[in-house]
Amino acid sequence: MSLIIKDLYARVKDGAEILKGVNLNIPKGEVHAIMGPNGSGKSTLSKVLCGHPDYEVTGGSAEMDGQDLFSLSVDERSRAGLFLAFQYPVEVPGVSNANFMRAALQARLPKEEELDAVAFYKNLRARMKQLGMDPKFTARAVNEGFSGGEKKRNDVLQMMMLDPTYAILDETDSGLDVDALRIVSEGVNAMRAPYRSFLVITHYKRLLDYIRPDVVHVLYNGRIVKTAGYDLVDYIEEHGFDFVKEEHP
Amino acid sequence: MDSPATPSIGSTSPADAAAAQADLTPFTLDTRGEFSFPENHKYDAGYGLTEQTIDYICDAKGEPDWVRRFRKDALKKFREMPMPTHWAPESIRGVDFDKIRYYLAHGTPPRQSWDEVPDDVKRTFERLGVPEQERAFLAGVDAQYDSETAYNNMQEELRKKGVIFVNSTEGLRDYEHIFRPWFGKVIPVGDNKFSALNHAAFSGGSFIYVPKGVKLAQPLQAYFRINSESMGQFERTLIIADEGAELMYMEGCTAPKYDSATLHSGVVELVALKGAKIQYVTVQNWATNVYNLVIQRGLAMEDAEIRWIDCNLGSGLTMKYPAVVLQGRRARGEVVSISLAHSGQDQDTGARMIHAAPETTSNIIAKSISIGEGRASYRGEVKVLKGMKGCRNNTECDALLINATSRTDTYPAITVNGNASAVQHEASVSQVDEEQLFYMQQRGLTRAQAMSLAVNGFINDLVQEFPMEYSVELRRLIDLEMEDSIG
Repeated sequence: MSLIIKDLYARVKDGAEILKGVNLNIPKGEVHAIMGPNGSGKSTLSKVLCGHPDYEVTGGSAEMDGQDLFSLSVDERSRAGLFLAFQYPVEVPGVSNANFMRAALQARLPKEEELDAVAFYKNLRARMKQLGMDPKFTARAVNEGFSGGEKKRNDVLQMMMLDPTYAILDETDSGLDVDALRIVSEGVNAMRAPYRSFLVITHYKRLLDYIRPDVVHVLYNGRIVKTAGYDLVDYIEEHGFDFVKEEHP
Repeated sequence: MDSPATPSIGSTSPADAAAAQADLTPFTLDTRGEFSFPENHKYDAGYGLTEQTIDYICDAKGEPDWVRRFRKDALKKFREMPMPTHWAPESIRGVDFDKIRYYLAHGTPPRQSWDEVPDDVKRTFERLGVPEQERAFLAGVDAQYDSETAYNNMQEELRKKGVIFVNSTEGLRDYEHIFRPWFGKVIPVGDNKFSALNHAAFSGGSFIYVPKGVKLAQPLQAYFRINSESMGQFERTLIIADEGAELMYMEGCTAPKYDSATLHSGVVELVALKGAKIQYVTVQNWATNVYNLVIQRGLAMEDAEIRWIDCNLGSGLTMKYPAVVLQGRRARGEVVSISLAHSGQDQDTGARMIHAAPETTSNIIAKSISIGEGRASYRGEVKVLKGMKGCRNNTECDALLINATSRTDTYPAITVNGNASAVQHEASVSQVDEEQLFYMQQRGLTRAQAMSLAVNGFINDLVQEFPMEYSVELRRLIDLEMEDSIG
């Protein structure tokens, strides 16, 4: 059981090709990190996997536990267990956090089944406490007027509530201060499980110090150009990405 | 105009009525929440509006002579006045006054208890949820079934407080001294063609008087529905809140779908005397073949407050601009308006505020949603009369477009005489953002669910102004709209 990406090509609709043959294999239970210089296609990869309408797959495949990801709609992928913590979580004015989460969980139940509201709120409050969030956030509109850090935390809260099998964290560390980074990372670590995998996209070592990946990939110019263990993180921290640029001019 | 067949009162015998009832077919409810029931009328004034039609209505209702004269004078005005075609939406040209039945009634007198209500009427109300509403909190029910009030139940408590809550016929007949002085004073006969029409043909509606200092904690409620093809419903409501009195009135509509056009042209007059407060809540969900042309206006005296809370979801063409004439010092007026237009609908709504006294304040918040080829327009007028100082108005109108083919327009008219007043107008137009939809879909919501959540979010702050059961209903209706529009 794993997320298998084979020779994936994708471009901005009617625009330039960004992914140029990505190959990745993320087995269940593992945490993989993707690093890479700006513009290498990291965020594009996460959006393409989730089905963002701005992008177009031009070649290759992605399978999640044997299921063809690209034959599913955005919401079907989500309900099948794929989650994306956004680089820039979106504001949904007028819709409370609690209602949004309820609707998302309700969407996962069979039509005739009603979400247990009491259990839901109990779970929501417990998770918020775990992430150090003010209980008042349940009534606030999704991400509206949140600081950058609050938005990221809110996305991790959603991840906890939805309990996905494959979670992509797209630069979740950006905008977080040291304390928030620690709390969010602890939350992610608590979710590590044999039935779940993470794909962590980041520029920085500091996140990977908390969420220690099993495998580290470097994405450059639309391709995975290096795959190694945690040592690679230290190497990049010290030397930057010049070595990939030299190897793949 | 063609003269109608001479009407005969009681043309349907009780035996016919019983036979008709035995033949009742089960009602159907489509996804848009529209109802259809078999017709069974004791009184039917036929098509078209003439002096004979008016005589028929007056005879059927047993109205005093002054009302008959009043109606006939109005008929003359109605005939003389032009249609407002120079500014109104195109589709108003589709109204054919000769193809409308002006009076239909069951003929049963208003009932006091639920048990006495005829079964078919009761079934309609059950479909509409009236009994539940009553159990929940109703202080008094005045539900209109076609032209006449079929069910009229007022709790003892209200009566003890001296509150009068009757239909228009009873109001003018039994409480002439209270209602006649204000009847047709807030909205005069000659205000426009449709006010003249209503003055001539009115039936049903609520007449309410709340005595000095009486504050009603529970809202008064009326249900309106049109159940007969080509039937014009000309309800007439007059609410008088005496000094320091407070009340909330709620009006909700559902209508069956029919092929030929149906006209609904009500007149609602509110009078808030010194320090009184009136809130008037409407949720309108007529079938799309209904022309909904309603005139609502309130008169607010010194320190009085009038709020119109207005939601237009249905009808093919709605033209409705609730108004407050701020007649006394420090009077306050507010209009909270939501409208939703899908393909084939034209929601032409807005508000009017006339500052006729110093230090008066008004607030207008209007939000509209256009889906498919739907068209929602805001038409507003804010006027500060000469010499009035310290007046303030705030107007906000926001439009949300769901599709590229949707349309919204804003027509604000602001007239301020003098410079000692503050008026501000803000307008915005937005579209449901793809990033927003992607975000919500990534969390597992279908596109339709995401869309309806976004739309609900857009109007959420206004929906909260509506009483609880209306807000639940509103959200549900929007879900249905989104399911339909996305498919």
